[in-house]
Amino acid sequence: MSAAASDVPHFPVLRAGKEYSSLDRVELTSHRDGSVVASISQANAGLVRRDMRKLDQNTERLRAMPMAERIERCREAARIFLEDDLPIGDGVMQSADDYVVQLSSTSGLPHVMVRANMEKCAFVLAEMTTILRGLMRGMDPGVLDQGFGDHDGVPVWYTPSARALGAVLPSNSPGVHSLWIPSIALGVPLALKPGREEPWTPMRIARAMMAAGFPAEAFSLYPTDHEGAGTLLECCDRSLLFGDARVAEKYAGDPRIEIHGPGRSKVLVGADVADDWEQFMDVYVDSVARNGGRSCINASAIYIPRHGEALAEALAARLAQIEPRPHDDPAAQIAAFANPAFADMMSGAIDAGIEKGGARDVTMAARGGSARRAELGCSVYLRPTVVRCDSMEHPLANTEYMFPFTSVVEVPQERMLEVMGPSLVVSALTRDAGFLEALTTSPLISRLNVGPVPTSKVEWDQPHEGNLFEFLHERRALQRAAGW
Amino acid sequence: MTAVSNDRIEAAQAALDAHVRDIIAHHFSPETGTPVWLDYAKAAGWDPREEVRSFADLIERFDNFDGERLRTDAHEMWIPRAFAGRPFTIFETGGSTGMPKQRIGWDDYKLDYEEFSELLDDEAFPPGGYWLMVGPTGPRRLRLAIEHLANHRGSSCYFVDLDPRWVKKLISSGQGDQAKDYMRHVVDQALSILKHRKVDALFTTPRLLEALGDEISIPDAGIKGVFCGGTEMDPQNVRFLCEEILEGQVGFVPTYGNTLMGLACHKKGFEKENYSITYYAPQPRAVLRVTDPEDSRKLVDHGEWGRVELTTLTHEFFLPRFLERDAAKRIAPCEDFAWDGVAEVKPYAKNEEKIVEGVY
Repeated sequence: MSAAASDVPHFPVLRAGKEYSSLDRVELTSHRDGSVVASISQANAGLVRRDMRKLDQNTERLRAMPMAERIERCREAARIFLEDDLPIGDGVMQSADDYVVQLSSTSGLPHVMVRANMEKCAFVLAEMTTILRGLMRGMDPGVLDQGFGDHDGVPVWYTPSARALGAVLPSNSPGVHSLWIPSIALGVPLALKPGREEPWTPMRIARAMMAAGFPAEAFSLYPTDHEGAGTLLECCDRSLLFGDARVAEKYAGDPRIEIHGPGRSKVLVGADVADDWEQFMDVYVDSVARNGGRSCINASAIYIPRHGEALAEALAARLAQIEPRPHDDPAAQIAAFANPAFADMMSGAIDAGIEKGGARDVTMAARGGSARRAELGCSVYLRPTVVRCDSMEHPLANTEYMFPFTSVVEVPQERMLEVMGPSLVVSALTRDAGFLEALTTSPLISRLNVGPVPTSKVEWDQPHEGNLFEFLHERRALQRAAGW
Repeated sequence: MTAVSNDRIEAAQAALDAHVRDIIAHHFSPETGTPVWLDYAKAAGWDPREEVRSFADLIERFDNFDGERLRTDAHEMWIPRAFAGRPFTIFETGGSTGMPKQRIGWDDYKLDYEEFSELLDDEAFPPGGYWLMVGPTGPRRLRLAIEHLANHRGSSCYFVDLDPRWVKKLISSGQGDQAKDYMRHVVDQALSILKHRKVDALFTTPRLLEALGDEISIPDAGIKGVFCGGTEMDPQNVRFLCEEILEGQVGFVPTYGNTLMGLACHKKGFEKENYSITYYAPQPRAVLRVTDPEDSRKLVDHGEWGRVELTTLTHEFFLPRFLERDAAKRIAPCEDFAWDGVAEVKPYAKNEEKIVEGVY
């Protein structure tokens, strides 16, 4: 290990809450100056497998804690997460400000966006009652204390389907970690593989929850390689898997794994309101660009039956105003690329798509010809990009990239569902009852926003890509004789 | 690193140079020589017996040996006249698919493993105790070598085979589940032996050791020593095997070797050096150099990574400057071995490609 690495925080492996320093470490560098900002102990696959064999030992104390107490401790953890100094590893402490600066330096997210995501995670912790009500459809969460109880007069019995929730996590945006937090409230310990560039948030949330009084053994963090990730997925009864289309395909059909692949979220403008397209500019802009366009809930395509050209031009004019700003500028709206090679790869793919014909970059003209790729200091950005595609068959018409990018395509309303493919979020701008019915019965949509609601808007009482409660607890039949 | 005196390094160098002259004289003289090398000298138009007087000369005058010839040459080409008329064993290299590389031999494997036996601790590998090999047997030198090693120590050995070629085929054709089932089948057989027979010492690969350790406590099964080889072992994996799979109670002897070289021994005390294992070739019978990937005549500096090059120097087999598909760190001589070692061996290709994970 280099000398520099000994001066920076070290992320240990957390094995059921116990710190473990590996001999295999990966250094995490700042995308701004290449300096080493952390070293991360890597778990070998065998170690992950060995720990997964002992999962039963980690559930007992967590499940013994009553639901009401778990919810209360989550609320306390929210405050701790936002305010307190928390350990990373080897006794090195991290303040909330340290966290913002550190995560910004490795993810490229400006401080303002890190803070917004931090609030998201804290909200889920603080408002666990709301979250659980949404996930459990209003059932008293206390039912899980006994396993059985009553829901709207119907006797119910639930048993946990997993001894741990595994998760292979992404590095794109820290808000994504809000998805696994409820697992602890639901009484299921965690076995997480943090994203390669994002060890910060899982560790800070885990530490905050431990500090709030949750048993340490409920938290396992395994920074590891592909083999280790595969082992985690193989050994956990239930897992969340974030990955690209290739990864998603590899694990498709495994009921133990909930796949979070590309979102390919969309805004669909119905024929009934298409002539009023201008009224919804904020919806398009927020859908495409909020959180720097980094999330799977950001729209990557806008379908409209007519006025496609005008919409694309107007959207380009709005998005062209978004320029890279310094990472500590509160007005920053886009993130730098932690790995500039990805920026070049994505921009190159867009150019290649345009060169094939049938598509053009509308933002280029709106920006007065300045390039998509931008540099500020040592950071590399991609400026928001709107591509006008002549047909929905064009490869750019249904592709998502990790920056504000969207295609605008004219599609007849009756063909929209047929061509759009699986879409994590659909914001449907329509009052057409027939179209709405088709959308609500479509298996392609995970979250449907009706009316001028941006795809990027999250209501916390709604599930996100599957329902974590149902994933982790199975309802079984129970018939009890009176007095027994 | 324990220092070793320059005198000893020089003495080892002198012994190697003398051995090179002996081996060259053997393989290139019309009376005892090997057809492959006699032909080589004829075609090259120079006489190695005159011009190769040291190991440095050998590096200077011989190019990297083309291992493909070991797939195609008739065996007769590789029989030194000194061995004419003696039936030979045919050994094949590890997990290759298609026509394997073959090495013919007589007593080399016995000599290598008898020498190796001297380094084994009698407590971990009790003489007379039973051995179990779980790993690639079949046409590999290792299979007979392990049995000879056990016999040489007054022991007998059980065998459970693992066919690495089949595993490779399954994995490359996307049948990962089949590969897992097959591994399971191998482990199950080993478990039955361990359950019904008393076994003191185990030879296996790191992966199989891990799989066995997931099923049973290896020290509780009565195993006192594990001799491990076959694939790369990075420090973290070695530590994990020692501390958790072997529960800190079982002797662990990692080795690096193959059909063409024999086996290299590890330097003792790796537990105190962050589990970084350094191997030393059985010099002068084989020499390992860590070479500059751009020019294999040059060595990399001590502590630097390079590509492993093997020279085998026995009366049965002369193989100059064969580039292995391994990368390693070059390590200075130590007290037990007065010549360079190789550390943290890993597949050579892996060294070049840095895998970039997906965007998410």
